[in-house]
Amino acid sequence: MKLNKNIAVSDNGFIFNPLSGDSFSTNPIGQEVIRLMKEQKTKEEIVKTLAQKYNSEEANIEKDLVDFFQMLLSYQLISEHE
Amino acid sequence: MSKRKITVAVSGLNNIDSPGPGIPVIRGLKESSKFEVRIIGLSYENLEPGLYLHDLVDKSYSIPLPSSGMDSLLQRLAYINSIENLDVIIPNFDAELHSFIKLGPILKRDYGISSFMPDLETFESRHKSVLFEFGEKNEVKVPKSKMIFSPNEILAVGNSFGFPLVVKGKYYDASIAATPEQAINYFHKISAKWGLPIILQEFVSGNEVNVTAIGDGNGNCIGAVPMRKLYITDKGKAWAGISLLDDELIEITNRVIGNSKWRGGCELEFIKTNSGDYYLLEMNPRFPAWVYLAVGCGQNHPEALVAMALGEEVKPFESYQNGKLFVRYSFDQIVDLAEFEKISTLGEL
Amino acid sequence: MTKLTYERPVIQKLNTGTMNKFGSRTEYTPVTHIEGVSVKSLMADYGSPLFVISEPQIRRNYQSAVRAFKTRYPKVQFAWSYKTNYLNAVCNVFHQEGAWAEVVSIFEYQKAIKNGVPGNKIIFNGPDKSSDDLRTAINNHSLIHIDHFDELYMLIEIAQELKTKATIAIRVNMDTGIYPIWDRFGFNYENGQAWNAINKIMSAPELELHGLHCHIGTFMLSAGAYATAAWKLCDLAWNVKLKWNHMIQYLDLGGGFASANTLKGSYLQGSDIIPSTEDYADAIATTILNFGFKPDELPMLFLETGRSLIDDAGYLLGSVLATKRLSDGRRATIMDFGVNLLFTAFWYNHKISPAQEFSHHTEDMVLYGPLCMNIDCIRESINLPLLSKGDQVVVHRVGAYNMTQWMQFIQMRPNVVMVDAKQKVHLIRTKESIDTMLRYELVPEHLEQFKL
Repeated sequence: MKLNKNIAVSDNGFIFNPLSGDSFSTNPIGQEVIRLMKEQKTKEEIVKTLAQKYNSEEANIEKDLVDFFQMLLSYQLISEHE
Repeated sequence: MSKRKITVAVSGLNNIDSPGPGIPVIRGLKESSKFEVRIIGLSYENLEPGLYLHDLVDKSYSIPLPSSGMDSLLQRLAYINSIENLDVIIPNFDAELHSFIKLGPILKRDYGISSFMPDLETFESRHKSVLFEFGEKNEVKVPKSKMIFSPNEILAVGNSFGFPLVVKGKYYDASIAATPEQAINYFHKISAKWGLPIILQEFVSGNEVNVTAIGDGNGNCIGAVPMRKLYITDKGKAWAGISLLDDELIEITNRVIGNSKWRGGCELEFIKTNSGDYYLLEMNPRFPAWVYLAVGCGQNHPEALVAMALGEEVKPFESYQNGKLFVRYSFDQIVDLAEFEKISTLGEL
Repeated sequence: MTKLTYERPVIQKLNTGTMNKFGSRTEYTPVTHIEGVSVKSLMADYGSPLFVISEPQIRRNYQSAVRAFKTRYPKVQFAWSYKTNYLNAVCNVFHQEGAWAEVVSIFEYQKAIKNGVPGNKIIFNGPDKSSDDLRTAINNHSLIHIDHFDELYMLIEIAQELKTKATIAIRVNMDTGIYPIWDRFGFNYENGQAWNAINKIMSAPELELHGLHCHIGTFMLSAGAYATAAWKLCDLAWNVKLKWNHMIQYLDLGGGFASANTLKGSYLQGSDIIPSTEDYADAIATTILNFGFKPDELPMLFLETGRSLIDDAGYLLGSVLATKRLSDGRRATIMDFGVNLLFTAFWYNHKISPAQEFSHHTEDMVLYGPLCMNIDCIRESINLPLLSKGDQVVVHRVGAYNMTQWMQFIQMRPNVVMVDAKQKVHLIRTKESIDTMLRYELVPEHLEQFKL
């Protein structure tokens, strides 16, 4: 899972896409996911990491993550997701 | 004489091509000879230009839209006040006035924040739908108008008012109908967009002249400057205008402000007919975006409003300069993304 | 190691920032308790969805409405509008507080009688009264409010037949400057129909004209319209006195006072713009007092306000069934209650609060009900915290009309409980079951068997 080039993420959860000029905001878990994506983690690894840290089941996290990636895709922040 | 230091919160920072009055009001306050004013901007959108005008606006905060209710507005203002210790609030948007008027006494009692607005009853009395009654009560001519709910009522009203007839929506839109058929057509068009009722208004032809004015709420008009638009944008806003010498218009304004015991700033829109009669078309319950022309002509209305809000006695202005022009200009500010980020994510700048 | 609270990841485009997160902070203040009883325990004990009625809130509403009128006018009597909420427990709270009953069908009439309301303290309104209904009402000395001439003539005949007198009022409709004019009920004031009806009644010895009644509309946002209505009723009463030397004993101004719900299409929140009960009371009382009646001639003032007395005493609790993403990217949340229970969702933007803590992050979403029908939408657009399956919410101000207009459609109706002043929870209507529904069905013999 790879973020597109030059996407800037700030500590406030502010995301800027210099290619399109769009800006976004995300919640702390969203920031965490993006950080893990920057570390080249796969979807499965991200799910596992989050499940260890937070009180939710993997299946639930995976469902939410797929939705999150779908949004990243529609906002052109990633180019593909399975 | 040293100037009194105060903090004033101002909304309407949308100095765009159809501008809000916030920035002109702030310019008036910054030029005050009585007060040294720290300005707190109140914004609804993250791209209101005033947010980024740091030489005029010292600090800004996002506030909730009026549609989310008075409770959330009050909470937000309480938070802002806890940091900024506000002395006065000047709301400048039509849509927010209802909430601010209702909150006025609470802001004063619980937070010591003053404002200077009409009471709700006076505020409502100048509404488009009851303006004719307002005119009768305050001795100013208003084109006859009637609210209708069905196109069947058009003919009877047309016979009484005569054609052409102005067909208006409850909030927006107005068309001039030359025949009953046209009026029926506009009725359907406008009601499809804005709903019922439709307001039929007597057509009055002539020149538009406007007055920016301020009342003390006790029946005194503190200041009034008339203006005619010289250049109008495609949105119908004045891009340039000139102050007029018009004693009769000033007298009418004094009467309207006096009789209605108007408290605060306002804009009166008139048509002056070819025979020299003045008809009041609309009364806006806040300063117009061109209020800085009044400052330029020697009447600092925003300063007077703040002084009255703080309980000071203000004497009516006795004169103003006529023949002064305002010519608006637009200006591209260069803003760092970091600033936009701050207002977008933290709601403060 | 204890795990952190999970919240699903969310990303939102900043649309040049019209709406911001400061916009709706009060909307997502969690509501964890109703009258001191935990929302979670209510749903654990009685299921989800669940209607909850606060008895203390009904009493507060009633007492403050009575106070608003009695401090302005000497003779005031409220009658509880059964159609607004005719659960017996609810009706009886009002009757304990002193309200009479106002009914619009023989079904509601029978409910009131069974609740123990004396016949002469029932106001019988509405266009649908059969000759049997009228006989019952006459025999019980109920106040019959005549809606149309057919009813008027039928009533004269029945009273003659019973050799007794009927205590009546007429319903009057009128132009009070508001739209729409409710001219489908009663006799029109402006065109003289009401005056004709009055003259017919006054010349019929079987009928005793005690009152004049109007009900100018519903969810009235202008108190001034009630002043106009009161004036027109006073005018009729005055003319009755002049022509027939007969004093009208009561004026019934009906109901229609708004609750703090927000009507669809309203830019401002309902609670910010509705007149207070004092405003309505002022408009009505001032008009009658200044009309010119002598103090001993002042008519009794009846009020049948329903909505504003019960709406904010009712809550609907429910749970999230699922969340999904619509084709245009919008978030959709599916609740276990829909328009089958929340009929008023057709005209209000109901306030909805989460029943548990959330972070300050929110999302715009569509709120759907559980019905497999496209009409089942509770809010077209609402900003709420990041709800997930199983999360619980509280819908506010649902006390009026929902527990009478709800439909048994696809789903069955849930439990209704009442919380009393001592935080005790009482079941006041049990949820329906398959047996409830099958009790009323019959299958012809030849349809009993089939093979698949």
